[in-house]
Amino acid sequence: MAVATVIEEQKKRTEETALITGSEAIAVACKLADVDVITAYPIRPYDTVMQYVCKLVANGEMDCEYICAEGEHSQFEIVKHASACGARVFCGSSGVGWMYAMECLTVTPALRVPMIAMVGNRALDDPGAFGVEHNDALAVRDLGWQLVWVDNPQEALDTALIAYRVAEDRRVFLPCAISCDGAFLTHSQALVKIPTQEQVNQFLPPYDRGDLLLHPDNPITVAPQGNEDWVMEIRRQNYAAMERTYGVIKEAYADFERIFGRSYGNPFFEEYMTEDADIVLIGMGTLSVSVKVAIRQMRKQGKRVGFVRMRWFRPFAAEELAKSLQRFAAIGVVDRDYSFGSPYAGGVLAGEVRHALYPGQGKKPPVLGFICGLGGREVTIPDVERMANAVYDAADGKKQPLTQWIGLRE
Amino acid sequence: MGRLYAIEIIYRGIFQKLLATRIQRAIVLAAHNEGKVGISFGRYGDSPERNGIPAKGFAIVATDPTTLEEGMAKYEPKEVDITICVDDTLCKGVESWAWYGLQPVNRLLKPGGTLIVTSKEGPETIIAMTHRKEAPYQLSILKGTVSFSGLWVYKDDHTDVRILGAVAKILPDLFSLKSVQKAILSEWKSELKTISAANAYERTTSITVNPNQGNPEVPYKFDLPKWHEMREGISIPSIPAGHEMDDPKSHAEGGFQPDRNPTFLKFSTRTMRPVVNFDTCIKCTLCWLQCPDSCFDVTPEGLYDANMKACCGCGVCEAVCPVKNCVTMVNEAEFSDNSSQWEAWRENKEGYKSWLEDKIKNPAERSHGFRYRGQYEEQIPEMLEIAAGK
Repeated sequence: MAVATVIEEQKKRTEETALITGSEAIAVACKLADVDVITAYPIRPYDTVMQYVCKLVANGEMDCEYICAEGEHSQFEIVKHASACGARVFCGSSGVGWMYAMECLTVTPALRVPMIAMVGNRALDDPGAFGVEHNDALAVRDLGWQLVWVDNPQEALDTALIAYRVAEDRRVFLPCAISCDGAFLTHSQALVKIPTQEQVNQFLPPYDRGDLLLHPDNPITVAPQGNEDWVMEIRRQNYAAMERTYGVIKEAYADFERIFGRSYGNPFFEEYMTEDADIVLIGMGTLSVSVKVAIRQMRKQGKRVGFVRMRWFRPFAAEELAKSLQRFAAIGVVDRDYSFGSPYAGGVLAGEVRHALYPGQGKKPPVLGFICGLGGREVTIPDVERMANAVYDAADGKKQPLTQWIGLRE
Repeated sequence: MGRLYAIEIIYRGIFQKLLATRIQRAIVLAAHNEGKVGISFGRYGDSPERNGIPAKGFAIVATDPTTLEEGMAKYEPKEVDITICVDDTLCKGVESWAWYGLQPVNRLLKPGGTLIVTSKEGPETIIAMTHRKEAPYQLSILKGTVSFSGLWVYKDDHTDVRILGAVAKILPDLFSLKSVQKAILSEWKSELKTISAANAYERTTSITVNPNQGNPEVPYKFDLPKWHEMREGISIPSIPAGHEMDDPKSHAEGGFQPDRNPTFLKFSTRTMRPVVNFDTCIKCTLCWLQCPDSCFDVTPEGLYDANMKACCGCGVCEAVCPVKNCVTMVNEAEFSDNSSQWEAWRENKEGYKSWLEDKIKNPAERSHGFRYRGQYEEQIPEMLEIAAGK
């Protein structure tokens, strides 16, 4: 919306194609969404997005307040406040930078601020690896952030527009973090269709903070201190808002398809070759590429393996996912993260999948957990085949550890 | 199940926190000397305290650990055997940080329970301040200057041990004077304090307060909203700025009355209040400017009337007023209502003048512990007199 104006000549009438990275695709989405305030603080691999926004502003293609903060804590605080004052905002970080902003990350959903952030997924320190791990974004999974994982630059651009639409919906007003795997998505370019400004304007209404707008014409106090007489009710409001996101996300994807002519099917997760599959692997982010290639190879050997790629981790479409997964003889969850000491020592997604399957009357196929690709290590095609074979063994009832490390030197 | 005892201590935040903590602890220790078990705690929601704001501490004692758990399973007791009120002006009602509305000081008292108040006043004054209660209860006044100090200093005027002596007399099942004295020796190692406790024990008497006695006013209440009735995003509407005043007599409009929070009035924080001489006021605006609670209403003729529902009694107005005796802080126990001084003055200027002169004869000695150097020394003869039982 708004405060900033879109430069007229940028309102291109026809869709064009550009060769850009996932980060750059998100920067383009920021331009198309006419974001008002963007804060930045460099950390790799997130820095790719701030550099591209910078370039767009410098080239006169984009008009926004672009603030370089002195650290991630201020970076997230500044946009939180700007959003409370009615500005459409964007920021982001990676790994320990994201963690340094943790105090702001906790208060942002509590104050119902529809901030959009990009997490360039990066291993948490130490040992200071630059490569992808999902533990950074997952650290806020319980706090009221919507979390979504994308696996290609086109999806990054489209999801960023959808994220603004969902987050700024009055029924939601919750922040959303878009996770892009470091290197695999943030640093590799692909051909991306850039939608026209008209399409975006039709899809994305202006941000209207309504009665929650912090403005002299609407005198309110935001975030007064409250004790046990208030906290339950405040948390219950956030609970309700997160519950409403399911419906709002579905609406947004339906409208997206109508306006942009691109469909993502089920918004919450993508299914690949699952129709006839015996067993299925499930994971998030760019490891999807090698998994899909491996599946095609395995199918030539008669192994009917399918793949489910989770997009939305919060909200987590548990019922739909359980319904889908119950069709298979066994399930293998591929985690690019860890949760030390968790039930069966599995990764975060493995725990969530088991949890999703537990209630209800349906079949409960065995679930194996795999930890792989940590710190940006490549998930190879033989790795995927090993995982699939283990899941076949689980389907046959063969005893084996419930959590297995794949691609580890041992 | 064994017997459960609950005692609450209502005190003024900061100024009496140490005093309350000492009493709470010693109650549990004295009861432990008789084989009982107990816990002592301050209301967590009252913290962080602010100067003078009403706060609570509790001592829960039981004859056995299982019974004690029954008492511990509640955030705070729903009823108490004894309420100890260490400042008599708290009898006007308690509005804490931690809840909404004004609560009568005797609210948690069991039928027949005892309200202990430290005061120089007689029972008539205390009963007049205290809200009525459906069942009769006992009132016991511990004669003495109300003990005020600070968070890091302690005025060791024996209020703590005198209250313990009184508790032993009122609730002999809980503990004996001997157990109190043993606890005093182990906690404070003072023979003199054991004598003070014994003196208080000897002198403690109580009278019955019946349902038809006391302040008939219904204290204001505030119902907490349901989760879906609350505004989202932890936001609350601001208090509007204010409006012109309407002169109730001439109906002239003018001046300025700030709007105030309707659900947090704050006056129960006050232990003294400003009395304003409107005849000598030079309309300099200093009291109005400096008041941290925006409690002054600007009248249509430009005078400054301290609104008694908003005044916390800090005394800043008295300190900044350049005119001698134009604003004078007076002990809150001297007043029975929160009505407007300006309206009383307008009603009857001569009558107001003599009322004012009577009130300011004895300036308040409280609020911030000591208001001037040497005040403690001045109080010693009076304290000794009380200690001697006169």
